[in-house]
Amino acid sequence: MNFGKSFRNTFLVILLSLIVSACATKTTTPKVEGQMQGDVYTGTDTVKYLADGVPDRVFFATNESILTTKSRDTLRKQANWLRENSNINVVVEGHADERGTREYNLALGERRANAAKDYLITYGISADRISVISYGKERPVDSGSNPLSWSKNRRSVTVKAN
Amino acid sequence: MIKIFNLTLFVIFFSITKANSLIEIDITRGNLDPLPIAVSPLFQDVISNKSSISEIKIENIGSEISSVVENNLKTSGLFNPLSKDAFLQKPDIAHLKPRFEDWALIKAQALITGKVTIENKKLKVEFRLWDILAGREMMALAFTTVPSNWRRVGHIISDKVYERLTGEKGYFDTRIIYVSEEGPKTARVKKLAIMDQDGFNTKYLTLGNELVLTPRFNPTSQMVTYLSYFKNLPRVYLLDIETGTQEVVGDFPGMTFAPRFSPDGKKIIMSFAKDGNSDIYTMDLENRIVERITNHPSIDTSPSYSPDSKYITFNSDRSGFQQIYIMKSDGSNVKRISFGKGLYGTPVWSPRGDLIAFTKLHKGKFYIGVMRIDGSGERLLTENYYQEAPSWSPNGRVLIFYRETKSNDKGEGFSAKLWSIDLTGYNERQVQTETDASDPSWSSLLSN
Repeated sequence: MNFGKSFRNTFLVILLSLIVSACATKTTTPKVEGQMQGDVYTGTDTVKYLADGVPDRVFFATNESILTTKSRDTLRKQANWLRENSNINVVVEGHADERGTREYNLALGERRANAAKDYLITYGISADRISVISYGKERPVDSGSNPLSWSKNRRSVTVKAN
Repeated sequence: MIKIFNLTLFVIFFSITKANSLIEIDITRGNLDPLPIAVSPLFQDVISNKSSISEIKIENIGSEISSVVENNLKTSGLFNPLSKDAFLQKPDIAHLKPRFEDWALIKAQALITGKVTIENKKLKVEFRLWDILAGREMMALAFTTVPSNWRRVGHIISDKVYERLTGEKGYFDTRIIYVSEEGPKTARVKKLAIMDQDGFNTKYLTLGNELVLTPRFNPTSQMVTYLSYFKNLPRVYLLDIETGTQEVVGDFPGMTFAPRFSPDGKKIIMSFAKDGNSDIYTMDLENRIVERITNHPSIDTSPSYSPDSKYITFNSDRSGFQQIYIMKSDGSNVKRISFGKGLYGTPVWSPRGDLIAFTKLHKGKFYIGVMRIDGSGERLLTENYYQEAPSWSPNGRVLIFYRETKSNDKGEGFSAKLWSIDLTGYNERQVQTETDASDPSWSSLLSN
């Protein structure tokens, strides 16, 4: 528990510094760079909200299913919201970008969706409230063929199921 | 539902000259020097012309069949069909006995002649293949079928000529099943479609209500396996294209995908994804027994059997990145075979058994290539912005795959098309489809 708390505090510090740096970069660097860290999307263009302050999606690096610090923060918000709304079930949709073979991307999307699901479970949400589906590269949100578009498409999205 | 194969085809071999001929095509090298061949229009008499119009609304079925043959031979890249304008001899006379000097004059090395009659709603086609240099007949065949089958007759003639001149089975009397695509990238509508190998007779097998992917032919029957998102549950399905009957394969509590048939057509091999891990399974179609083949925390997918069913090649990221592996068909002796730079996916075993075709991603480019089954002798056949999913022609000679173009920032300029390329890396060409297309799978020869 203590660990969790200190973890959360460290996280807050990181998050704050991220926000600050994001604000700082916004004025000095082009828009595209401000929306990606490494090749993980950090912008909000495509993000929808399950409730006020509860983003519906998290983003991944190329070929990765590791949750970033920011993703974990988003998923904790989703977990809190799910705890407060115990009648709601969700589907976690896993997606990949268009730069990979179709079958591998289906598996990768499933792996990403499960990474998000596992994190929600860790934060106390019952596994039977969460189902997963992989769309591989079949349902991009951004149809461009460039690194920023691809970063928006490498995502898992939590969607209300009822 | 959709009835495509309602045909009976009678083949009468009336003579095949076994004597050594002077012409033959060496297809082990590239096809830089295609064989000049004259395809004389198949002769059709006036009475048959009339029944041809009344039966199938085509005036001269004989010359239509010869066009099918000509187009097939040309697209193979191994033949150079000569312009009909230069032909000196009339089709009916040439079919009886060609004046070989006339055909030699226009540099033809082989000649196809034939005759078509339509009587009592039956189409009778006979054709002969002539060796111009040796001055003799190489082959003569006759077919009887229903008139609506005329394109297939053209494909069968092409196969016979190809086989006689190259020493290998042809691949023209075959079909391609693929995914037809329409609409914007973010809301693509996909349908299963089937067409003749030359792009004709397209039929749509699903309506586009649910996402469908990766259809594959059973090598021994008119069955297809594919992935469907019916009711938003991605599962492997089995479809009988003669009856339209569909069923889900196995009873898995999660996504099944990447299906393919075993060479005897009796099993489906596929991936099953659960809790973020994809492994390879088989299901026996007769007794419905499911077997787990791989058991590894990495992604194992895109399995494909060797033609003798003793081995399986598959795609795994157990090394950290997508690579190609082979194993015995019981899952033992797993061995990585791809060691070049970049990522490797979609391995498919050649029907000849000696090669594995694959997709390679390296430095932002996609390649279709082949390697020997021990991973040696890697050859990249074609490089492009995006292409993947090769499928072999039944004779192991040609690969068909799909290629996507880059879109601009608004998503414009995107297309997905089928392409084919010869094993040698020559003769790359687009395969015509009515709509955008992806995930092609080549059938076996329909007639043998």
